[in-house]
Amino acid sequence: MLPVTETGINKPEQSPNNLTPLIAHLDSVSRLFGSFAALRQVSVDLARGKCYVLLGENGAGKSTLLRILAGLLRPSVGEVTVFEDSEPRQARHRIGYMSHAPMLYDELTGRENLQYYRDLYTRPERSGCLNPDDALRQVGLDPALTRTVGQYSQGMRQRTSLARVLISQPELLLLDEPFSNMDVESVDQMVRLLATFRSDSRTIVITTHQRELAAPIADFIITLKAGRLHSLDAGRPSL
Amino acid sequence: MTTEPSNMASQSSAPAWTSLVLTHLRKDLRIEWRSRDAINAMLFFALLVVVLFSLAFDPSADTSREIASGVLCVATLFASVSALNQAWARELRHQVLDALRMTPGGGAAMFFAKVLANFFYVTIVQAVLGPVFFIFYNLRPLGDASLLLLVVPLGTWALVVNGTFFAALSIRSRNRELLLPLILFPIFLPALLAMVLSVKTILTGDGSDPSFLWIKMLGGYDIIFTTICLLLFDVVLQAE
Repeated sequence: MLPVTETGINKPEQSPNNLTPLIAHLDSVSRLFGSFAALRQVSVDLARGKCYVLLGENGAGKSTLLRILAGLLRPSVGEVTVFEDSEPRQARHRIGYMSHAPMLYDELTGRENLQYYRDLYTRPERSGCLNPDDALRQVGLDPALTRTVGQYSQGMRQRTSLARVLISQPELLLLDEPFSNMDVESVDQMVRLLATFRSDSRTIVITTHQRELAAPIADFIITLKAGRLHSLDAGRPSL
Repeated sequence: MTTEPSNMASQSSAPAWTSLVLTHLRKDLRIEWRSRDAINAMLFFALLVVVLFSLAFDPSADTSREIASGVLCVATLFASVSALNQAWARELRHQVLDALRMTPGGGAAMFFAKVLANFFYVTIVQAVLGPVFFIFYNLRPLGDASLLLLVVPLGTWALVVNGTFFAALSIRSRNRELLLPLILFPIFLPALLAMVLSVKTILTGDGSDPSFLWIKMLGGYDIIFTTICLLLFDVVLQAE
């Protein structure tokens, strides 16, 4: 386990994160909802090209931390910077965020959903985005599927949602419970896909209750307890 | 997965504004075409109001011309509110709005496309409602009927632009169905008044507004409120 100070700040000189460039830096971040503190004084550095698995019980603050990194929430106290000196809100187009909800339109097919999101990102002629068909194939779905997302199973929605996030080729990928409702084979496929993604010097943060599923790609395991950073352990990635 | 991260910043610049509007609009129209939620709800409600009013009043031709503009505008208003309340429901479902907040384009294009889509739905309803209305109220405009083609779209735009904006504003409220009319009606009142009086002038042909003051007011109202809503929508969209 890496050292964590009383305020939850892991000492920089002892962190292996310092060996690679940082992609995100949280400094004493707290987030209050009314009088409830979802996050308390969390400080952590995220390095480029690493995969962080965020563990914790329900209400530990995992999703809040992810939403703060995505720029969808502002911290009540503390400071967050991504990509060296940007606020997450200003760099959101470089961040991919997959919530536990699919973030897709039920009335459109998977391909139509992806094409829509792709069109919102770049002019097609100078696009750095993935082709919707390729993105769907990467997550193991058939692009020719004519059913609308509303008729998909939960697992298929989850995979389409991952394809949605991958389509913009983000540098920082934030995944909230990506393995829920997925069968073992699909999880294995998704983990291998994420391993490829990480090898492109992109950073992944995954929240999950199923530690063992994310273990093959986990460079670091962060545990939150009641909104506080409890531990930051080095993982043993096999992929 | 071949794109290098270092290239992403330059590549992820937003597309042109008009292209973004068209992307959002295409999506909204496609979804409505498949579900027909908004148009069906509005059409049913508006027809019901028009038929009920015609039965309740049993008006003569002269009385019809006096009250018809009010009935038409109020029927459109109530019917539109039922659809506008649901204008952002699809974006709320499955947290789609969060995904849209993460895209680089900004909210104004999304808002403008939603206004265009809602305007299109309300116009379709009015196109169906108009002939029914003229038959049930036995109407024959005594003024310049072609001006209706200017007045009705201007009034509809005023309703839709404000309704879409305030529907987004009340999106996170538990009582949004109640909140929208409470905010929208007072703001829309000047435009409603201008629309009713303009339509009445056209139907009765009384020549009480020779310089088209009400129509000019509607135009001014539309420009001011469209600009304000476009400028403020990003603030509404990014609210936590």
